[in-house]
Amino acid sequence: MAIEVRIPTILRTYTGGEKAVTADGSSLSALIDDLEANHPGIKERLIEDSESGQDLRRFVNVYVNDEDVRFIGGLEAEISDGDQVVVLPAVAGG
Amino acid sequence: MTRYDNLLATVGGTPLVGLPGLSPSPDVRLWAKLEDRNPTGSIKDRPALKMIEQAEKDGQLRPGCTILEPTSGNTGISLAMAARLKGYRLVCVMPENTSAERRQLLGMWGAEIVSSPAAGGSNEAVRVAKGIAADHPDWVMLYQYGNEANALAHQEGTGPELLADLPGITHFVAGLGTTGTLMGVSRFFREAKPDVRIVAAEPRYGELVYGLRNLDEGFVPELYDESLIDSRFSVGPRDAVRRVRELLDVEGIFAGISTGAILHAALGQAAKAVRAGESADIAFVVADGGWKYLSTGAYEGTVDEAEERLEGQLWA
Repeated sequence: MAIEVRIPTILRTYTGGEKAVTADGSSLSALIDDLEANHPGIKERLIEDSESGQDLRRFVNVYVNDEDVRFIGGLEAEISDGDQVVVLPAVAGG
Repeated sequence: MTRYDNLLATVGGTPLVGLPGLSPSPDVRLWAKLEDRNPTGSIKDRPALKMIEQAEKDGQLRPGCTILEPTSGNTGISLAMAARLKGYRLVCVMPENTSAERRQLLGMWGAEIVSSPAAGGSNEAVRVAKGIAADHPDWVMLYQYGNEANALAHQEGTGPELLADLPGITHFVAGLGTTGTLMGVSRFFREAKPDVRIVAAEPRYGELVYGLRNLDEGFVPELYDESLIDSRFSVGPRDAVRRVRELLDVEGIFAGISTGAILHAALGQAAKAVRAGESADIAFVVADGGWKYLSTGAYEGTVDEAEERLEGQLWA
């Protein structure tokens, strides 16, 4: 199983400058653990402790096939082979 | 009633137009809310006027005041028109990577422009504007990202208009920028028709725009309340351009690029309804017309070329 994960500029220090890396996992949280195994330090930039355990950091947005994971289960969002995961910092519009 | 006392009185009351060519079936229909029919040609006339009226009511804005606002364009243009008619001076902080037409329009209505760096996009404009506000305590920053009057304009205007025109509405799809449109329309429907699904389409820009120094400098508008949205999609320039051209080719509607992103999300909801065998009446926002984006090259040549030309631009 291989899932492409797109990494924003500001997190590429963890991926040796790579724009996209592959990772495995059937949920977002498993995927992030797998990312951490190959790119130590990245998990702490994506996730923080919250009242309910762990959560995505406020200014981190993660999309699975262009859908914001916060609306499809958050860290428990299901991921399958061939999905594309995009990580982006939150920016203003308007 | 098509007679008005002045231009400001014409804000809102926009047409809702069926899209028989793009709708997948007679049971799953798409409807476009033509917000380009507002006086300065965008949906932002609604929040801009409401924010000014609210500030006047609160005694914050008095004749001769200077208004300051961070804006990637449309809100500034709306404020410039209203400020001109009401006798306020307007200073807009705008990222330098926005289209030339937006700058020209702002200038026409007499607004002054302070440019903020392209890298970081609107985040930088917000940061720069907050700095200027601190230096000029007598200026009034309406601050669309945190001003409840922004959402209220849609709760009292856009939402009720949609329900009146489309009582069977099942989905509402709009762009996510300040989040004002989605927050206000959602608040209206959560009360009036809670089963309406509220769907956000968020533009995904090129890397330059996300060039923050670190993640703590990200930005979520103070107005944003996640619980008022049911799903949220990120739409890149390629899909936005493809869809905005389809809207023109199939339905004759000449819209701005961000509307392509919104239509993309709306068509996604339509496809989902078809797969589930459900009927749906999906209303989406045409945020503005395409006029201000002609110089971006989005409407010419191949989709590949257009996508390349939009790289690094704040196209929504």
